[in-house]
Amino acid sequence: MLTYIAKRVIYTLPIMLGVAIVCFLLVHIAPGDPLVSVLPPDASEQLRQQMMALYGFDRPYAEQFLKWLGRALGGDLGTSIRTNRPVVAEVGKAVSNTLMLAALATVIGFVLGSLFGFVAGSFRDTWIDKVASAISVTGVSVPHYWLGMVLVIIFSAQLGWLPPTGAGPGGSDNWVWDWAHIRHMILPAVTMSVIPMGIIARTVRALVAEILSQEFIAGLKAKGMSAFGIFRHVVKNAAPTALAVMGIQLGYLLGGSILIETVFSWPGTGLLLNDAIFQRDLPLLQGTILVLACFFVVLNLIVDVVQTAIDPRIARS
Amino acid sequence: MNTMSDPILDIRGLTVTFGGGPKPVRALDGVDLALGRGEVIALLGESGSGKSVTLRSILRLHPPKRSRIEGSIKVEGIDVTSLEGRALESFRGKTVSMVFQEPMLAMDPVYTVGQQITEAVRNHEKISAADARARALEMLTLVRIPSPERRLAAYPHEMSGGMRQRAMIALALASKPHILLADEPTTALDATVQVQILLLLRELQRELGLSMIFVTHDISVAVEVADRIAVMYAGRIVETGTVRDVIRTPRHPYTIGLLSTRAHGGRLEGHRLPAIPGSPPDLANLPPGCAFAPRCAIAADACRASVPEPVDLGGGHRVRCFRTAETVNKVAALAPAVTS
Repeated sequence: MLTYIAKRVIYTLPIMLGVAIVCFLLVHIAPGDPLVSVLPPDASEQLRQQMMALYGFDRPYAEQFLKWLGRALGGDLGTSIRTNRPVVAEVGKAVSNTLMLAALATVIGFVLGSLFGFVAGSFRDTWIDKVASAISVTGVSVPHYWLGMVLVIIFSAQLGWLPPTGAGPGGSDNWVWDWAHIRHMILPAVTMSVIPMGIIARTVRALVAEILSQEFIAGLKAKGMSAFGIFRHVVKNAAPTALAVMGIQLGYLLGGSILIETVFSWPGTGLLLNDAIFQRDLPLLQGTILVLACFFVVLNLIVDVVQTAIDPRIARS
Repeated sequence: MNTMSDPILDIRGLTVTFGGGPKPVRALDGVDLALGRGEVIALLGESGSGKSVTLRSILRLHPPKRSRIEGSIKVEGIDVTSLEGRALESFRGKTVSMVFQEPMLAMDPVYTVGQQITEAVRNHEKISAADARARALEMLTLVRIPSPERRLAAYPHEMSGGMRQRAMIALALASKPHILLADEPTTALDATVQVQILLLLRELQRELGLSMIFVTHDISVAVEVADRIAVMYAGRIVETGTVRDVIRTPRHPYTIGLLSTRAHGGRLEGHRLPAIPGSPPDLANLPPGCAFAPRCAIAADACRASVPEPVDLGGGHRVRCFRTAETVNKVAALAPAVTS
C-alpha cells in the first residue's frame, strides 16, 4: 500500500511539470499586450520597453519560464499588476473561499446524488426510478448561472430569506463561521451542487443496477442475507467508482465556478480568474491557473489512494 | 439409501414462466422431483433445459416480478413457495444451500473469503466474531484448502479456480445445511481440477449425510456422483430412475440419443461423432405435443398431438414417452447413425 502511494506520488511529478508549462504558455499565446493594463494609452515607446524589461517580458520564453517556475517552487508567484499585492496572497484567499463553497456543494451533491441514484437503481424501471432520474437529468441539463439567478429572484428578491451576493454582511472580506456569513453560502452552494448531484445520481444509478444484476447478489440471497445485508455489499462495491466521480466533480467545482461566483459575487477563484482575464493581470492569471491545476492533480491522487484502500483489486492485482 | 415415502425435498408440478420479454417463456413445465434423505440426484440436460431454473426455484432466487411460479416445493414439510421475509432468509443457506457454477462471479469481489464465510455463519447463528472465524477456518480445512489460515484473508480473485470452488463449497456448507444444490460446480474448471472437486463433493456428501441435487450436462459426471438421474428436456423431466436403469436401459429417445453421443475412445476413431439431429426447441414456441418429437426418430402422430404423461416402468424408472414399447432393447437401432 505504501509503495503504491509512493509510486502514485512520483507519477504526479511529470504531470505537474506539464501543467506548469501549459499554464505559462497559455497566457503568452493569448493575443494582446500584457502591459496594456498598467500603461496609459499614450505611453511612450521608451517607457513601454522599460516596463517590458522590468517584468521580464523581453526575455526568451524558455528563460522566462524557468525563472517563473523557480520562483513558483519557492512559493512566489509574482505580484499582481492590478493590486500590487503578492499573487500567492490573492490566490490563497480566493482558494479558501472557493474551497468552502465547493466542499459544501460537493457534500450536498454527493448526499442527494447518491440517494437519488441508489433509489433509482434499486427500483429500476418503476415510477420511483423515473422521478429520481428526471431530477438528476434536470440537474445536469439546467444552466447553473440561470438557476442561480432564479434562486436569487425567489429567495432574495421575493421572499427576502437569504442574501443575494457577497461573502459576508456589508461585503466584508473576513470570513467568520457564524450564521451571518454562512447564510451567504447557501444559495451559491445549492446552485453549485446541482450538476454534481445529477452526475453522481446517474453514475450511482447505473452502478447499482449493474451490481444488482451480478451473480454474487444471487449468491448473497442464497446464503440468506437480508435486504439490508445485501445493501451493504452493494454500497461497498459501488463506493470506489462513486468516490472517484465525486473527486472529479470536486475538482471541477474548485476551478470551474466562474459563472456562479460571478453571479453571486463570491470572492473565490472563479471571480478572481474572471477579474484577472478582463484586466489582463498576467501574473495573477498564471498563478491562479497553476494553483487550480495542481489542486486537480492532488485531488486525483487522493481519490486514487482512497479507491485503493476500498477496493483491494486495484493495488494487489 | 433413500426412503421415498418421506422425501426431504418434494417438488410437484413445478411450472415456472418468465415474463418481461415479448412472449412469456415457460422454462419449467410440470416438474415432479423427490429427493430422499442422503440421496444424490443428478439433473442432466443441455443448456436451457431447465436444470438451473429448477435449482433456483428451490431457493426462490427468481425475480418475483418477472417470474410466475406454480406447483409446490416442499422442503422438510415446509412449503417453500409461500415463504416470505425472515422465514425465507433463515431457510436460505441454513436448510438449503447452493454451490454456484462460477465461484468468481458468485462471491463478492471486494470481501475476503473469510469475511464472506463468517457473514454467512453469523447470519444464521448468534455467535461471536471469533467463533465465526473459527468456523470459517474449520470449513476451509474441511474442503482441504492448503494453508487455510492464509486463505481467510484472500480475496476471490487471488485464488485459483479450483481453490475458489473449494471456498464456495466451504461457504455453502458453513451453516450446516441439510440439502446442497450444486449448479454445474465443475463446468468452469480445468479437467484435472473437475475430478478433484467432484470427489470432494461426493466425500463431503457422505461424511455430512447431505441430500444433494447435482446439475450437470455431463453424463459421466452424473454417473460418478449420483444415486439417481433425472434427464431434463425443454423444461420437463423426460426420464428418471436409478443411475443403473437410466444408463443401462434408457427408454426415452432423448436419453438414448444423449448416451450414444458420448465419445468412447477408440470405438469411434476415424468416424464422425454422432449427434442428435436438429436443435433444442425455443421455449417461447414449444410444439403442442412432446417437445422432443421434431427431433425424434420414432415420433408418431400421438407424440405431436399431446404431451405424454410419465409412464412408470417399475423400480422408480419413469419415462415421459408414448413410444416406450418401441424403446425396449433398441438402444443401438435408435441411436443416430454413425457415418464415416
